[in-house]
Amino acid sequence: MFKNLTIGQHYPVDSPVHELDPRVKIIMTFIFIISLFVIDSFFPYLFVIAFLGIAITTSKVPVKFVLKGLRPILMIIAFTFIINLLMTPGRIIFELGFIKITEEGLKQAGFMAIRLTLLIMGTSLLTLTTSPIILTDGIESLLNPYKRFGLPAHELAMMMTIALRFIPTLMEETEKIMKAQKSRGADFESGNIINRAKNLVPLLVPLFISAFRRADELAMAMEARCYRGGENRTRMRQLKINSRDYVASLIFVVYLAAIIITKIW
Amino acid sequence: MDDIIKIENVKFKYSNDDIKYAVDGVNLNIKKGEFTAIIGHNGSGKSTLSKLINSILLPTEGKIFVKGMDTSDDSKLWDIRQSAGMVFQNPDNQLVATIVEEDIAFGPENLGVDPVEIRKRVDDALNTVGMYEYRKRPPHLLSGGQKQRIAIAGILALNSDCIILDEPTAMLDPSGRREVMETLKKLHANGKTILLITHYMDEAVQADRVVIMDKGNIKLDGTPKEVFKNIEEIKKFGLDVPQVTELSQELKKEGIDLPSDIIEIKELVDLLCQ
Repeated sequence: MFKNLTIGQHYPVDSPVHELDPRVKIIMTFIFIISLFVIDSFFPYLFVIAFLGIAITTSKVPVKFVLKGLRPILMIIAFTFIINLLMTPGRIIFELGFIKITEEGLKQAGFMAIRLTLLIMGTSLLTLTTSPIILTDGIESLLNPYKRFGLPAHELAMMMTIALRFIPTLMEETEKIMKAQKSRGADFESGNIINRAKNLVPLLVPLFISAFRRADELAMAMEARCYRGGENRTRMRQLKINSRDYVASLIFVVYLAAIIITKIW
Repeated sequence: MDDIIKIENVKFKYSNDDIKYAVDGVNLNIKKGEFTAIIGHNGSGKSTLSKLINSILLPTEGKIFVKGMDTSDDSKLWDIRQSAGMVFQNPDNQLVATIVEEDIAFGPENLGVDPVEIRKRVDDALNTVGMYEYRKRPPHLLSGGQKQRIAIAGILALNSDCIILDEPTAMLDPSGRREVMETLKKLHANGKTILLITHYMDEAVQADRVVIMDKGNIKLDGTPKEVFKNIEEIKKFGLDVPQVTELSQELKKEGIDLPSDIIEIKELVDLLCQ
């Protein structure tokens, strides 16, 4: 059941967007999110959609995949929409018993729904086009300057790498323990939520014990391979900014300029 | 030839409260380029000994020298670990990165080697263990034998002269075991010093030298032929002897004229079919 597990949701194809430097992509995504919340009229969202459209097309990721990221948070979008719709005071345009819908509420709810949808699509595109390990490299490199202020950039990146490395291993182990317990009559599927949670105990205890043992052995293996933290450490794969990254940044600046101009108008 | 590892009267116990020593007065010298197998049943101190050489554990008494460096000298710690690389039993618990080549690069990255040089070492190591075409794979999709070869490549990339393997085949299936043994023999032919700790007699037979440990002590030491002819003694330590050695000694008791130091099937076949 976990055999085909892919970590994150990386969609591996060759495209200009995939080959962008992860740092450039992370920063662009970050500013993109801010831009979504700065916009306060409907018209500029056309720019956002156009920009996202261009990005998705050049990334060669099927739109279906980008939209798939929306599914888990559909409930959240619906919830924010309804809350904003009902809770914003203003000019009432519709009234039924205690339900009052205001013009401002309708507008606000619309904004939130559009913002969240575009936000998820934008961030999905980042994870779809960047493999977890390259993403980790990018984050480490971006956080590096903050080392001076005591931010453990290397340690965070190492933790992420090890987590990514061991997720499939622990998944496999979970499956194994589950089968072993089932064959001895454990029941993971029936009963109410509380009972089911209780039934997970015989699964989690051995899993945790084994995870700690693995951690212990891994630490020893890392030390045996001369690991001593981030000091004086080099990396085989060096991140490099290419002409491709400049082109992408330029397109992004045009997008930002368009948003800012509509804002000033 | 020079001794790359010198173990002088080493005693070790895990805690001061322990009455028994896990390693109890071991003297052992390993020559450069030698392929040594250490065998012994569980609790014989063989794994502990391997960790002592790599300076993961420090001896309670006595001294260990790796290329002349004292393992209890803190300032030499990283040089020692680089000189005597270590491969562990569980292939899953010693691979760090999510991509094969990244994992092999882990050691040289820790040493602060130049990126171009790391790339070269990684490619060389991958080619040596015959895993070059798997360099972009995630380790969890490889077989046990392949993972163990990646772990060996990770040590090769450190440029270690000596490779210590602590039961590297214990968790592998027969084909994985064969893969690992083939790799080790190739490395030995390339001049690496190999110290293989194992349970399996058929692996020990392939070494230049066999050391048998029991209760923290070395009981027998010599070439496979010299060691395995002592069937009775070896069995006392709770160990098996190679089947073919046992068979030929049984045949000898029945009056067939055979030497008592046969360790390979081919040897016996040749003698019997003369």
